[in-house]
Amino acid sequence: MATTDAPAKMFGQALKRREDPRLITGKGNYVDDIKLPGLLHAAILRAPYAHANINSINADAARALPGVVAVITGDEIAKEQNPLPCAWAAGGVDNNVNTPRALAVDTVRFTGEGVAMVVAESPYIAYDALDLIEVDYEPLDVVVDAEAATKEGAPQLHENAPNNIVMRWTCGKEQETTQAIDSAEVVVRQRIVNQRLLPTPMETRGYISRYDAATGEYTIWMSSQAPHVHRLLLTAFVLGIPENKMRCIAPDVGGGFGAKIFVYPEMAATLYAAKQVGQPVKWIETRRENYAATSHGRDHITDIEIAGTRDGTITGMRVHTYANLGAYLSTIAPGIPTTLYGRMLSGVYNIPAIFCEVHGVYTNTGMVDAYRGAGRPEATYVIERAMDMFADEIGIDPAEIRRKNFIQPQDFPFDTGLGMLPYDSGNYEPALDKALEAIGYQDFLKQQAEARQNGRLLGIGICSYVEVCGVAPSKWIGLTGEGWGAGLWESANVKVHLTGKVVVTTGSLPHGQGHETTFAQLVADELGVPYEDVLVEHSDTQGTPFGYGTYGSRSAAVGGTAIYKSVSKIKEKARRLAAHMLEAAEEDIVFEDGKAYVRGAPDAAKTIQEIALQASVAYDLPQGMEPFLDETTYYDPPNCTFPFGTHICTVEIDPDTGKVTPLRYVAVDDVGRVINPLIVNGQIHGGIAQGLAQALYEGAVYAENGQLLTGSLMDYAIPRADMVPHYELSRTETPSPVNPMGVKGAGEAGTIASAATVSNAVIDALSHLGIRHLDMPYSAEKVWRAIHGQ
Amino acid sequence: MEISVTVNGRTYQHDVPPRLLLVHYLREQLNLTGAHVGCDTSQCGACVVHVNGQSVKSCTMLAVQADGCEVTTIEGLATDGTYHPMQQGFWEMHGLQCGFCTPGMIMSASALLQSNANPSEAEIRHALEGNLCRCTGYENIVRAVQYAAGQMQGQAQGNGQTAMHEQAKPETPETAAELEHPQREGGRPEEPETVEDWQSENAGVSDDAPAKPEARLNTGEGGL
Ligand code: FES
Ligand code: FES
Repeated sequence: MATTDAPAKMFGQALKRREDPRLITGKGNYVDDIKLPGLLHAAILRAPYAHANINSINADAARALPGVVAVITGDEIAKEQNPLPCAWAAGGVDNNVNTPRALAVDTVRFTGEGVAMVVAESPYIAYDALDLIEVDYEPLDVVVDAEAATKEGAPQLHENAPNNIVMRWTCGKEQETTQAIDSAEVVVRQRIVNQRLLPTPMETRGYISRYDAATGEYTIWMSSQAPHVHRLLLTAFVLGIPENKMRCIAPDVGGGFGAKIFVYPEMAATLYAAKQVGQPVKWIETRRENYAATSHGRDHITDIEIAGTRDGTITGMRVHTYANLGAYLSTIAPGIPTTLYGRMLSGVYNIPAIFCEVHGVYTNTGMVDAYRGAGRPEATYVIERAMDMFADEIGIDPAEIRRKNFIQPQDFPFDTGLGMLPYDSGNYEPALDKALEAIGYQDFLKQQAEARQNGRLLGIGICSYVEVCGVAPSKWIGLTGEGWGAGLWESANVKVHLTGKVVVTTGSLPHGQGHETTFAQLVADELGVPYEDVLVEHSDTQGTPFGYGTYGSRSAAVGGTAIYKSVSKIKEKARRLAAHMLEAAEEDIVFEDGKAYVRGAPDAAKTIQEIALQASVAYDLPQGMEPFLDETTYYDPPNCTFPFGTHICTVEIDPDTGKVTPLRYVAVDDVGRVINPLIVNGQIHGGIAQGLAQALYEGAVYAENGQLLTGSLMDYAIPRADMVPHYELSRTETPSPVNPMGVKGAGEAGTIASAATVSNAVIDALSHLGIRHLDMPYSAEKVWRAIHGQ
Repeated sequence: MEISVTVNGRTYQHDVPPRLLLVHYLREQLNLTGAHVGCDTSQCGACVVHVNGQSVKSCTMLAVQADGCEVTTIEGLATDGTYHPMQQGFWEMHGLQCGFCTPGMIMSASALLQSNANPSEAEIRHALEGNLCRCTGYENIVRAVQYAAGQMQGQAQGNGQTAMHEQAKPETPETAAELEHPQREGGRPEEPETVEDWQSENAGVSDDAPAKPEARLNTGEGGL
């Protein structure tokens, strides 16, 4: 229908976000902003030792402090609660699962593990009381290094995990890989370390728990990426109560980056405390606690062997990784270094023989789980560093070795042979070309050569990446030995109220990604109603259908498709009802731009408002039709999506100080079709900053005795505005065939690519000095020492 | 201790404990929860407010030290239902994602423009060193500040021009009614854009080219 008043398409428009007015005026509603009648405040006493037996706890003085309502210990809670569950027992983890309790019982295994909780009338009093608790510890030997922990004689953390091994997991073709490496013209071997990171959302975690003794119902407000999953795990596993006895609400969430996917001990502890004292209990994490006790990311020690021909065809790669999982298993920890890492190791390349072995290991450190990109940044770092080292070895250009080994467009869907679902679609070369052109590759190489003559150190780094997004197909993840104890579909309900206004409730929820805007764009288009008439609601288990949560860039591809499908059902029902209203045959009705009409007669159209009213008043419906336009979808996609791209950056290193300065950063990403470019670009900017920061600044450091030396923002260097460059973005667009919108996912792309990009640039700047590899982060001292051969 | 503080134009008298931090006074006593707490070491800047016109980390100051002072929080920045240009800039330029750092960022950035009406990119980045954002990578925050500087200079010159940024479309200031109904906002832009428009409008590789032909280095020390 080519009328001039057809609504403009929202899909693809850079609309500014409808979330923002409340956030820019200070009217956001984060957990700590919530006040309830009778609210009490909790503070947690945390272990000063990384490994110790608890002989006794004396809290008498704390209990006597005016304003203190209760002091709770682990023994007490353990009588009522189970330990937290591990929901993704990948890699054959089974008999050696060890998860934390709400508060430690008998033994502490990392510094910062919770030992006792004080509940008081104010946070100030609660913190005063912590000082009055006396704990008699008996210190034990400590191990913080994952490889060392597996050696004979290392301190043992858990009885059921000999040598501290959580799992030994493999993927790929062992024999073929051995053969490929043994018979190769060139083999490059290197140990590389992907250091531990602290996710650092600006809002720390926080929970408010309330218990209603009359009904036996709990309510918990939580800073969370997955309230439905938290309700499930807390009720069915930790408390052993029916799921309908708990309501989880995630209000505005101040960033998560993976760290707020998981169930945490403090959720369980506040639930217990609220029931115990009969009043609501709020616990807000301090930044120091966030660093000690919120899950960390990465932490791999990896040995790689990459093999190929003298002219740059890669024929095989073998990878062994020690993955440090910390003192206990966090919610999905075993899945990260296995399914999301090992199976993605071939990157964008057609490599005939790969084998990967991963040892997951317990150590006396904080738990390690998914952090932005989760597994793929680690995999990308391995393959992209390996490609550069191989190129350096045979003297071929890093861009050319990538081009030579790319999976070709006609090869999709492509099975990598690593047990990952086939890559859905891709076209890798245009992204590389676009990035090379944007950075002015050849010119830079000339400048670099000249600069070297003058003692200046310039470097350029390339990373071509692919990632897996929209992780969902329940069948794949459940039946193929991935060990995931749940499905991963998403759901959505769409209602067209009788006035024609639309309410969408979704199980997916944002922590900064702008769902309220993008989902409304999607619905407005599909249903042909004004964007302003669509309201998107989420984040409260009471008012929204089940959702597995926002992570793995799955909200648009899985959650968005659930919405799309609900709208399609509404349109279908509206079409049938319109046929009845217009006294026409159903097959003659067209539904377009919010109107239904008999094909060829658009002037006599019924609007969606008219149809919704008719559906609602319901006195004249077709035989058997239920009233109201209200449809729900539970969507389980047939495959994941696989966004890709090429990032390139240039750096200059000061030879006198070793300081690395990023010069330019170019990113060409292909995230499939884009609903809102403003939001997608924002996601990519933030992602780049996080990966670049891993390369240049960030790294969690534990002392040998298990003290976290980077325990505050004074010691752990997350980037400030003057520590990052301007980012130059562009896109190619290869729609995903997996979902009807062709979207892939963008939340993690930047981080997945940028650590490897910047690393390659730094090493490139030093390569003529005979340096083939250095481990991140590239602190001035580390680089200076490398330059000076120390 | 008895204190008398004027916050967002209204004077309050309270008896507060000597150790109470200003940020907790604002958040707990006055229910002004826009200033956030993101750290315990005065590093993050989520708690920045203005005290007697200066930007201050309210987690670093005691409530009793604010006795007799004029405090402005993010809640007091909009006047007569119109966003401060810095608030508008953050909205226009997508200068926020989770929004947790945003009130502190806006307060620091608006104080910057009081002392330097036309800062360079390097000056903006330097001035925001005390405010951490984990979501945006700072790219759009810089652009938001540039937008606000342009708007404020335009206002000062009385011609309303948007000098700083090609992408910054001049907008009618929001009305008070719209401020009360955030769900109604973020409506259709005047000229709908498609992905293609968006890309071609920003031709070349950069969707995000800086408005000013300024050094690309974060240090402002010049490129290659
Ligand atoms: S709360 Fe972090 S600086 Fe004030
Ligand atoms: S917008 Fe999330 S921390 Fe800045």
